[in-house]
Amino acid sequence: MDTTLLLQALTNGLLIGMVYALISVGLTLIFGLMEIVNFAHGEFLMLAMYAAFWASVLLNLDPMVSLPLTVGGLALLGLVTYRGIIAQILNAPMLAQIFATFGLGLFLRGLAQYLWSPNFRTIERPWLGQISGGTVNLGGVFLGVPQIAAAILAGVAFAALYLFISRTRIGLALQAVAEDKSTAELMGIDSHRMFALGWVLGGACVGVAGAVLASFYPITPTVGILFALIAYIVVALGGFGSVPGALVAGLLVGLVQEASPILFGVPTTYKYAVVFALYLVVVLIRPQGLFGRF
Amino acid sequence: MLLEVRHIAASYDGVPALHDVSFTVDEGEVVTIIGSNGAGKTTTIRTISGQLRPDRGEILFRGTRIDGLPAHRIAEMGIAHVPEGRRLFNRLTVLQNLLVGSFTRRARAEEDAMLERVFTLFPRLKERANQRAGTLSGGEQQMLAIGRGLMLQPVILMLDEPSLGLAPMLVDEIFNTIRQIAREGMTILLVEQNVRESLELSDRAYVLQTGTTVAEGTGAELLESEMVRRAYLGL
Ligand SMILES: Nc1ncnc2c1ncn2[C@@H]1O[C@H](COP(=O)(O)OP(=O)(O)O)[C@@H](O)[C@H]1O
Ligand SMILES: [Mg+2]
Repeated sequence: MDTTLLLQALTNGLLIGMVYALISVGLTLIFGLMEIVNFAHGEFLMLAMYAAFWASVLLNLDPMVSLPLTVGGLALLGLVTYRGIIAQILNAPMLAQIFATFGLGLFLRGLAQYLWSPNFRTIERPWLGQISGGTVNLGGVFLGVPQIAAAILAGVAFAALYLFISRTRIGLALQAVAEDKSTAELMGIDSHRMFALGWVLGGACVGVAGAVLASFYPITPTVGILFALIAYIVVALGGFGSVPGALVAGLLVGLVQEASPILFGVPTTYKYAVVFALYLVVVLIRPQGLFGRF
Repeated sequence: MLLEVRHIAASYDGVPALHDVSFTVDEGEVVTIIGSNGAGKTTTIRTISGQLRPDRGEILFRGTRIDGLPAHRIAEMGIAHVPEGRRLFNRLTVLQNLLVGSFTRRARAEEDAMLERVFTLFPRLKERANQRAGTLSGGEQQMLAIGRGLMLQPVILMLDEPSLGLAPMLVDEIFNTIRQIAREGMTILLVEQNVRESLELSDRAYVLQTGTTVAEGTGAELLESEMVRRAYLGL
């Protein structure tokens, strides 16, 4: 087996895994808070990528420049989704909650197809793709600059979220609501505001992820499906509601996905199948996931 | 009058739990509601703190109606509810539990002083400040629940069965602590099945039977009353 090839695959895995972790942490945060799965999470990501695309086409802004706009827009989308839809169905049966977010996802996907066509889009000459010709050579391992930047920015966003949750008073209140909403209210915490904040943070996370992916990943109305599927696996693997779990599981999924063609000779087209197999194994052995809640 | 509960009725999913509950708590008083299991003591406290809406009746705090307000708004006014069974945030540390307790702006202003006071009252909480709440013993958990309630800077502290499930020695300790807090000037509404101990430290008390307040008096009066002696003290 070629070590350089393996090293290459492992590094690629870590880079994309960090983005997976960031996408997943938004999902797990919302679930940890209110036991609702956002089945439109992938479509949020898709919208973030289109936001970066249209900012580049219409405003001539590079995805790195429009990043704050994308993040702000997605945070707002999270807020609107919570206030407009989720807050209305908080006490509804689980099936109704599933259909609400699932339906939102379908709607957004359809809307994107209608407005922007199902065609693949790519951003022309993104800045990151031009730095040192778009790749760097680390002792025979070639890494894409956009991919490196994506992983770094995703890591920074993840760390910021973690520090916010664990070190600030509002973060503490989020954790209190996640553990026991009605008791947290006795401390003067408005649980609805914390829920809304969870959706804002969840939206901001996919906003960052979409903005950094847009520099190198083809954009289509259905781009969110695979990412969302992977995010659900990461969340289940890491433990529903666990922030550290999302990081570990995100990186693990990235590694497995990239390394399996080399380690097990799986055709690259089936690399996701290995990820799903890994998921099934973990669910059988440890159904609560690797970590507990945050 | 600090707190006035007027003829409240409350139910769970249409099943009545409170029929007609009335009582008052004045500034600086320790008032106890005694009653057997299922009488409606917890429901009464929950209705005051906004976890439950009364079907009928009024609750006034400093003369303003608070029934129907969301729980977090009622907490902001300084009405602290230390729930039955402690309900700590077990995944958080002791210190974090206390800091969640002083979440409101009102409480945050005096946070350092109150934290000092809580640690003086419960030195063991200071020793275990960075331990997860879930790892504390039963007695320590109750201390933390009371400490977390105090962190709100309460105008009135409502304690729901603080002695529940504790060993007799710890029960005494908890009652001594409540006495101490009362001596420092705190207004307390106490709910207890531990009738003798709680009546002894109360200024006034009410008897709650099947969701109705049926008697009231000073702690000493009720301790002497035939009805209380027979029904709750087994004499
Ligand atoms: N969450 C609940 N759902 C339905 N019924 C309840 C609930 N809590 C209490 N009850 C009922 O309300 C009545 C009063 O209960 P409670 O207020 O807990 O009494 P106490 O605190 O005096 O033991 C009881 O009949 C009890 O069964
Ligand atoms: Mg009770």
